[in-house]
Amino acid sequence: MAALTPISRTPVSFYVPVVAAAGAVAGLLVGTAQGSSLLGIGIGALLMAALAFVTTQVARAETPSRWAMVGLLGIAGFVMGGFAAAIIGALFGWFFGWFSFWLYEGRYRAYVAPYLTPGQVLWHYTFRVICGAILVFLITPILVVMPLSFNAEDFFTFTPEMLRFDPAGYSLKHYEDFFTNSDWQNALANSVKIAPMATLLSVSFGTLAAIGLSQPHVPFRRAIMAILISPMIVPLIISAAGMYFFYSRIGLQGTYVGVVLAHAALGIPFVIITVTATLVGFDNSLTRAAANMGAGPVTTFFRVQMPLILPGVISGGLFAFITSFDEVVVVLFVGSAGQKTLPWQMFTGLREQISPTILAVATILVIISIALLTVVEMLRRRSERLRGMSPG
Amino acid sequence: MKLTKTLLASTALTVAAGMTLADGHMASEMTIVSWGGAYSNSQQQAYHNPYAEKTGVEIINDESSAEAVAKLRAMNEAGNVTWDVVDVVAADAIRLCDEGLAMEIDPDEHLAPAPDGTSAADDFGDLLVSDCFIPQIVYSTTFGYRTDMVGDTPPTSVCAVFDTEAYPGKRSLEKRPINNMEWALICDGVPKDEVYDVLETAEGQQQALDKLATIKDDVIWWSAGADTPQLLADGEVVMGSTYNGRLFSVIEEQKQPVAMLWDAQVFDLDGWIIPTGLSDERKARALDYIYFATDTQRLADQAKYISYGPARASSAPLVGQHADLGIDMAPHMPTDPNNAKNTFLYNYEFWADYRDDIDAKFQAWLAQ
Repeated sequence: MAALTPISRTPVSFYVPVVAAAGAVAGLLVGTAQGSSLLGIGIGALLMAALAFVTTQVARAETPSRWAMVGLLGIAGFVMGGFAAAIIGALFGWFFGWFSFWLYEGRYRAYVAPYLTPGQVLWHYTFRVICGAILVFLITPILVVMPLSFNAEDFFTFTPEMLRFDPAGYSLKHYEDFFTNSDWQNALANSVKIAPMATLLSVSFGTLAAIGLSQPHVPFRRAIMAILISPMIVPLIISAAGMYFFYSRIGLQGTYVGVVLAHAALGIPFVIITVTATLVGFDNSLTRAAANMGAGPVTTFFRVQMPLILPGVISGGLFAFITSFDEVVVVLFVGSAGQKTLPWQMFTGLREQISPTILAVATILVIISIALLTVVEMLRRRSERLRGMSPG
Repeated sequence: MKLTKTLLASTALTVAAGMTLADGHMASEMTIVSWGGAYSNSQQQAYHNPYAEKTGVEIINDESSAEAVAKLRAMNEAGNVTWDVVDVVAADAIRLCDEGLAMEIDPDEHLAPAPDGTSAADDFGDLLVSDCFIPQIVYSTTFGYRTDMVGDTPPTSVCAVFDTEAYPGKRSLEKRPINNMEWALICDGVPKDEVYDVLETAEGQQQALDKLATIKDDVIWWSAGADTPQLLADGEVVMGSTYNGRLFSVIEEQKQPVAMLWDAQVFDLDGWIIPTGLSDERKARALDYIYFATDTQRLADQAKYISYGPARASSAPLVGQHADLGIDMAPHMPTDPNNAKNTFLYNYEFWADYRDDIDAKFQAWLAQ
């Protein structure tokens, strides 16, 4: 990206306070971890302001100064908390070195339009920081879980060995437990048996419903749509309690078929919504053309309509699959111990014995979810490319 | 079209597979409900495995004891009882019995006599606190503390919990009034045998809450038995209450720097009930299981896997060594004379009468 605006160096009164403010935030984090937030803010602000001033005004040479900051803060981290803290310190050093010179040289102005006021430039970067903070807020819980699942101890604790990156602090024993313990394996087998069947039913019924409801001549379309989508809106616990009593009466409670039907009911709204969305772009003259050439409705559906709406069907199916695979409330009511699924096992495990095996399973499930969503995205792009909607 | 055919074929296959999986076993299986974790594992080893070997019955474990009362009520209302044998604490058994949700048991008819011929009723003795309840273990709720966080003077009295000067740091207590109110009164100078008399009065309840208020800012409240072991292992609390078997596991199996504070431990019972509303065939099988699983040897066997005391007097001499660690289990039992110097028996009648009232006060106090 070419620079949009010529840049010039900024005065000390501008960039040193800004670096100090950033230093205060970093100091708050470190200080809180060490036990004193206020002290952390003060030291962070002063230290970073001083470093920014010295590197830009006294040392002046950019590359050596920035390396010096990485080294200095890395060593400070090592003195405070060992190897792991040294890496964090070095990262801080890298960031503040870059940040100081970025402000000092006025580089922050280069890639924004020249006519922006200082306030607009500030908002430009604030907005990006806020977005980044939200992303971190969403991702952190997942990122914390992953290293903990390699814990060598049976607790949810970052042990001193782990923080020193000592191999003895890590182990795969919780993964081993997951793959050898019959409770977990039964739960996995149940999930794998239930989710595909539930997905299949959701996709079949959901697709038919979406096609039917997209015909303009169907009466009470909106009311029917609302009812079909209601499992998504009604609180899950209410659906679950209702299903429990209903299924008990008709003998489906505690059976495999019962759990599959319940999960199918939960998955159908996702399929309806995604398929309806793809049907919006579907040209109905194609079906009329097919009929004109002598194809029956079934042939038309499989040969003409289905291939075109397939991306919507597949992504709806994946959502239905993940719903069933992640679901705990309904299965607790509708299932019996014979249908114990993975989420159920995790739920009881979390309550009765806080074991990192749960974290190992969570990590595996996260990876599966990421893989599934990647597939959806790739399918979406492929279909766009095929339909000529994007140059890709 | 190839894709369509593939889709259709896989559909047909999945449906067929689903149907065959749906049927299958049903004939000789029973669902046993328990608490999960190390406790269920001890039952699996001591009761379920030998029973399955002897009879060929397949046992399905359901870990729903925590919500057993609510679920049994719902099952009863729906007319669809899917559980065969349920492990509950004595207080829950009393409630279920009162509501007619648990079957009455005649100990001398339904339970095995001791090897020396003593009748089951005498062997269990006072522990048969309800007509529907077959006691299995005696457990206690007691405190564990971090040995590396208490300095040179490890606590010896339960009142150390209320002494934040000598033992600074957080403590974990259960998020309910039971036990906490009693401990608070004892440490406020009420003699042990007068605790429930004091707790009957509104002033006594306020006195207990006031005592708890002195440490309220230092308390982490727990609701699952696994919480305190996690907090102790983390070093987030200096001491905390939980079930003694959990602390045994933290200390002996996980080798954490934690020690037991047996002082003023509160004894409670855990055991089996059989739900009402079972078919005759299932009822007969449940009774057969109970007869097998609560005999003298089986109860003593369970103590190999977890440090809870067997409920039969005749089982105590048979308690041996831990199955994996090979250490003697007797000194880790809550009922061992060294540990039981100062104990407290949970008063079922008191809590049956006052629980709702005190619970409400306690929750209101917590929210303040």
